[in-house]
Amino acid sequence: MTAGDIETVETQYCTIAHPPSGFLLENGESIGPVTIAYETYGSLDPNRSNAILVLHALTGDAHAAGFHNGETSHGWWHDMIGPGKAFDTDRYFVICSNVLGGCRGSTGPSSENPDTGRPYGLEFPVITIKDMVNAQKALLENLGIDSVLAVVGGSMGGMQALQWVVSYPEKVASAILIATTSEHTPQQIAFNEVGRQAIMADPNWNNGDYYGRDLPDKGLSVARMIGHITYMSDDSMNEKFGRRVKDKKNLFKFSPEFEVEGYLHYRGYNFINRFDPNSYLYITKAVDSFSLANGKPLHKLLEGVKTRLLIIAFSSDWLYPPYQSQQIVKACKMAGNNATYCELRSNYGHDAFLVEFEEQTYLYTHFLKKVHDEQQAA
Amino acid sequence: MMNSRPHESTNGRAGRIDHRLILEMIEPAATVLDLGCGTGELLSILIKEKNVRGQGIEVDNRAIFECVGKGLSVFHDDIDTGLPEYDDRSFDYVIMNQSFQQVKNPDTVLHEALRVGRKVIIGIPNFAHVVSRCQIFFKGIAPVTPALPHEWYDTPNLHFLSISDFIRYCDKRGIKIEAAQYAGAQRPVAIFPNLFARTAIFLLRED
Repeated sequence: MTAGDIETVETQYCTIAHPPSGFLLENGESIGPVTIAYETYGSLDPNRSNAILVLHALTGDAHAAGFHNGETSHGWWHDMIGPGKAFDTDRYFVICSNVLGGCRGSTGPSSENPDTGRPYGLEFPVITIKDMVNAQKALLENLGIDSVLAVVGGSMGGMQALQWVVSYPEKVASAILIATTSEHTPQQIAFNEVGRQAIMADPNWNNGDYYGRDLPDKGLSVARMIGHITYMSDDSMNEKFGRRVKDKKNLFKFSPEFEVEGYLHYRGYNFINRFDPNSYLYITKAVDSFSLANGKPLHKLLEGVKTRLLIIAFSSDWLYPPYQSQQIVKACKMAGNNATYCELRSNYGHDAFLVEFEEQTYLYTHFLKKVHDEQQAA
Repeated sequence: MMNSRPHESTNGRAGRIDHRLILEMIEPAATVLDLGCGTGELLSILIKEKNVRGQGIEVDNRAIFECVGKGLSVFHDDIDTGLPEYDDRSFDYVIMNQSFQQVKNPDTVLHEALRVGRKVIIGIPNFAHVVSRCQIFFKGIAPVTPALPHEWYDTPNLHFLSISDFIRYCDKRGIKIEAAQYAGAQRPVAIFPNLFARTAIFLLRED
């Protein structure tokens, strides 16, 4: 089977929870209306039984595959989604939505607050991973999909997938949890806090009220630079940059000299073009507050869960190290879940799930086929 | 442990003799944990023939891929450390076929297996097979046979034991051998198994 590419796609929008009903959040507050940006690839079968929900990571968006009209860069998991690929659009109907609190089409702090007619800014309520999942569930209901063949996500997407399994086990036949955790650790929280402090220390941040003015781009840039360091590994940075230097025409002595510096600056400074600093604050807070079992034994939450699980970690990932996946595996063993775990060897650190396609493709293709066959037989 | 399974060449139409013997020991619709499941050949047969609910544990990535390719559930883990999470009596059967002699601490692993499984099935290559004895006695070399196919410098086997060794061990540890089957290359061996059997399969439970 030769794999093909998704071609032109368009982001779609679904608006729910119009006032006065509103969308109820985990903290008891409600907001409305809520818009969810999403894309779909492939087609839904007549039984509505072939849907796969793909969940993006921290700064991802609904544009998972294909090209937007007139653009040359493709979606963030383009190599995994398409005809004959891991998430085979000839077989499955793939949906990816932008998370609640995001800034890529879904309602978030940069959206208009209907009470004031101005962007929410810090008036946007605190959101959680569970709120993101509930927004996705509302989207699926809107699309007429009651249950999905699989929920799939890496990193923050994996947290959402795990939350789906625990909150709505009967609605997900399977879940693929990649380079993720059931709870954020102090180290993960610490890196995010440095990012948040960088944004809030930027004078342009102005307590989150910067829309229509100078943006806190320097703060966001530093946050992004820290993020990128944690996504790579010592090996992958050595391989990618070594100690190579850029040209030395710059006279100012603290201009970026090494290639790695130039890379981080490039990544940092471009980030403002596609990401809202307040969204970065809200979303990092959502992942930091994520603790699925919240002090209780994780396996208790997984008892009786029939969802088939595939758990994947990468050997060089030090941001979400394999031991965190193994904790989920341990809970699966205790709860007697139908689960598979594999630690893939890679030098790419946490980024591996976005760049290592061959082994992931093999595993996901066969795993999904098994789940699909079982469901067809049932 | 993927590359450690002997007998692959004897895989005829009827399947491996050790797999057939294990298949006969297992009750239908049982729950099975296969420790060192390799590429999942045995688990697949058990699921197909006996409708068991199977879970594998395997340390080799390539072997895990083949398991997933067969639609099996498998955990990437080391048998020496992978059992403590399981509750007592989590499975009807815990199987260690050709993997028991490869673990670091067979004593601990078997103790754990007997805790986690109601019954345990162990398959071992017999180090005291006549061919091995001849190689040691006449050639004076470490045996390389179809059941023990590896050179001394390149073997996953950490422990070399005979059928008699294992029976004496079970006796010493108070482990009850409910059934034992011995096999040559193709068929069961009835007489002097410690001399003529290449492989032994034991069905065990705690006494």
